[in-house]
Amino acid sequence: MSTTERSPLFLPAIYLGGLVFGLGLAISGMARPEVVLDFLQFQDFGLLFVMGGAAVVTGITFFVATTFLDRAPITGDEYKRRVKSFDRNVVIGGSIFGVGWGLSGICPGAAYASFGVGNYPILWAIAGMFLGAYAQGYWRSSRADDSASQSAERPSSQD
Amino acid sequence: MQVTAELTPLLAVADLFPRGVLPYAIGGLLVGLGASIIYLSTGVIAGASTFLESTLSYVSDIDRFNRFTYLQSRGWRFAFTAGIVSGAAVWGLVLDPGIWTTEVQWWRLLGGGFLVGIGTRLGKGCTSGHGVCGVGSLSNTSIVNVATFMAFAIGTAQVVAALGVSP
Repeated sequence: MSTTERSPLFLPAIYLGGLVFGLGLAISGMARPEVVLDFLQFQDFGLLFVMGGAAVVTGITFFVATTFLDRAPITGDEYKRRVKSFDRNVVIGGSIFGVGWGLSGICPGAAYASFGVGNYPILWAIAGMFLGAYAQGYWRSSRADDSASQSAERPSSQD
Repeated sequence: MQVTAELTPLLAVADLFPRGVLPYAIGGLLVGLGASIIYLSTGVIAGASTFLESTLSYVSDIDRFNRFTYLQSRGWRFAFTAGIVSGAAVWGLVLDPGIWTTEVQWWRLLGGGFLVGIGTRLGKGCTSGHGVCGVGSLSNTSIVNVATFMAFAIGTAQVVAALGVSP
């Protein structure tokens, strides 16, 4: 967001998009860990259509918007592509996420949708996700503090 | 005999998709449509897992969660997640009513969820941010991330099943 004043339509637009997104997750079966686990165990390849179909739609949208359109109407922000830098955390994090997804059969967006369809045991997974996110934030912040205080004590050291 | 031979490829396809492909394809298109509605109207590229950290900023004063980008985005990320829950509830309450709950054991959900929480935040995204939006924009970082988590997820699920844990 480049402006401090947000359009009153901003949150409703996000909510509406989330609503369609969540409806899609519920229809697709990704909100059911059993369906995801069947996919990962090669018993039902339907999930390829979920991720593939979604990526094709967003791919077309991103292409059209960044090529032919100028600015998003509600925010006035320019249409930009997502640029996420690559480092080893992308691979390490992906590996840990993969083990967790393979163990539980649930990923963040699907977990929220699963709660929405009334699958209350999924709260175990959502609690686990918050604990995991908290653990990595705690660990990374304390490491950053350590290295900051070390470099303050020894300003000449190269780490 | 001839009829059976002609039917075999069809049966093989049915084996790959025992639940059919329609719900998967419709669901996938709607997921992409939801992300597109948000992008076209606001320019925001939405992912589901940053919500975990940005929401923690409400209750924790750890630096990591209180970065400017999280404080600035935590409101709309909450709205996005509320939308996901509501959209799924429309399905569960109106379009396909009935209570369904998972049989997957609690410790798998909790332990797996814990690793998902660590991994998605360390890896800068999840199935939606990397898998749908990142792959959709042909980002190399996202494609590497998706290939990695797919490989590890398949390996883990197969090992867990081979150890006799079900469901």
